[in-house]
Amino acid sequence: MSEVLVVVEATREFGVKKVTLEMLTLARELGTPSAVVLGGPGAAEALSAKLGEYGAEKIYAAESEEIDGYLVAPKATVVAELVSRVQPAAVLLASSQEGKEIAARLAVKLDNGILTDVVGLAADGTATQVAFAGSAIVKSKVTRGLPLVTVRPNSVNPTPAAATPSVEQLTVAVTDTDKLARVVERVAEQKGSRPELTEAGVVVSGGRGVGNADNFKLVEELADLLGGAVGASRAAVDSGYYPHQFQVGQTGKTVSPQLYVALGISGAIQHRAGMQTSKTIVAVNKDGEAPIFELADFGVVGDLFKIVPQAADEVRKRK
Amino acid sequence: MNIVVLVKQVPDSGADRNLRTDDNTVDRGSANNVINEMDEYAIEEALKIKEAHGGEVTVLTMGPDRATESIRKALSMGPDKAVHVVDDALHGSCAVATSKVLAAALGQLNADLVLCGSESTDGRVQVMPHMIAERLGMAALTGARKLTVDGSTLTVERQTEEGYEVVTATTPAVVSVWDTINEPRYPSFKGIMAAKKKPVQTLSLGDLGVAPAEVGFEGATSAVLEHTKRPPRSGGAKITDEGDGGVKLVEFLATEKFV
Repeated sequence: MSEVLVVVEATREFGVKKVTLEMLTLARELGTPSAVVLGGPGAAEALSAKLGEYGAEKIYAAESEEIDGYLVAPKATVVAELVSRVQPAAVLLASSQEGKEIAARLAVKLDNGILTDVVGLAADGTATQVAFAGSAIVKSKVTRGLPLVTVRPNSVNPTPAAATPSVEQLTVAVTDTDKLARVVERVAEQKGSRPELTEAGVVVSGGRGVGNADNFKLVEELADLLGGAVGASRAAVDSGYYPHQFQVGQTGKTVSPQLYVALGISGAIQHRAGMQTSKTIVAVNKDGEAPIFELADFGVVGDLFKIVPQAADEVRKRK
Repeated sequence: MNIVVLVKQVPDSGADRNLRTDDNTVDRGSANNVINEMDEYAIEEALKIKEAHGGEVTVLTMGPDRATESIRKALSMGPDKAVHVVDDALHGSCAVATSKVLAAALGQLNADLVLCGSESTDGRVQVMPHMIAERLGMAALTGARKLTVDGSTLTVERQTEEGYEVVTATTPAVVSVWDTINEPRYPSFKGIMAAKKKPVQTLSLGDLGVAPAEVGFEGATSAVLEHTKRPPRSGGAKITDEGDGGVKLVEFLATEKFV
């Protein structure tokens, strides 16, 4: 079977991201998965055990300060060279900002079609995409070149399938035009132990109804009890209650968790665009006419400042 | 500084949006078409840079005839002029072909700085800044929440999942912005009147030296095979809190095995 390249997405703190494991699971259906690690010196070693656990038969490691020190262009050059050499059956990347950007440059370099936000990929290359904020399901195909797709987190249930990957070091030969956008500083921000928003199985979000930044502790408390990530509506972010990187909606993150809990969120289309493909939706809002209740599998009309602490206590009791 | 802002006309994301049943493209005919919201932030940023450093701001749009409405709207915020790439052969173009056309137009405009929104609300594909940068051999600084211009040096602060990054490049470069970067101005009455007289140059594929076979359905690198409406969610149980709403909520979560 031919190789399927999976471009690994990982974080310094938590290692291989869940979406990478989803891509490896998907790749096994299409061929033999090979993981491509792009990072600074030593990046692959820390990730290889996990990648093998989910079926990577081979790991291509491109490790260089040049990979780490510039925005995506050097990564795209390395992957394009690899694709031309091994002629894989498909190339999978995460549908994150970086994954899409590497894919964008690959598409131009290889004069190859690209499909983003893919939630399923059949052996014949037919991809399933969710469009218009989850209101349409689209089947599409790359018609020039190989299937070059970015996979949306929480699309596939990642399942282990142990393999012992061989490791091949790639030569990183980048051009001067790959080094035009230089990263001068990376600042880590306090994030705690919560799962990453787009990958979380549970997301608890707060909206304007939360009232102020301090009250977001209630949202965080329930999120922590449910092992989830914290999100916020645009109204809450614009009001300064919570940082922008946690915004769920049309101009923020798109999430598709098993459980979405909306607290004090009216459910404007801007917000629904980012969360309506969640499996189960629960809402608390004081306005019984709020559109969020049209989506909610279970809704409570009432004061979130009474309901949420009570719910938190009840979860604690049941633990 | 010669600044070009990419502006896309999109169907209003606040209304029902559809793909056409005949050719699977975005239905723009029956939609309320507006400027892609994120592009307004790019226009605002361009105007602020012009106000601080001088120069000229040009709006560049690829789209059908009706995109003129969005071009005038964009001009009413304050840009000096616009270029509209319009050609019947463009209908059905994929992202790869679109980037080829926009890069060809930008090649004629000699921009020091190309500004655009991080994504459009219709496709949300997020690939255009890097595709254009790849074609033109420029830097792409994407997802800016802050942009500083110091001579020919551009410095961008961009949000990442772990915090933020500071990234720098020299002009010419493409910079895409998030809606956290500024607060777009509303067009004034004077601005709206002035926009009607601002020059809008139209360019065809022939003007750009791009063959019709490289764009549209014929030149597309991907194809939509079919599309269906996702069945709308229907609301489930809704209760009014009578003092035990929190407990009831957790009971529901327990039946769904989340607790």
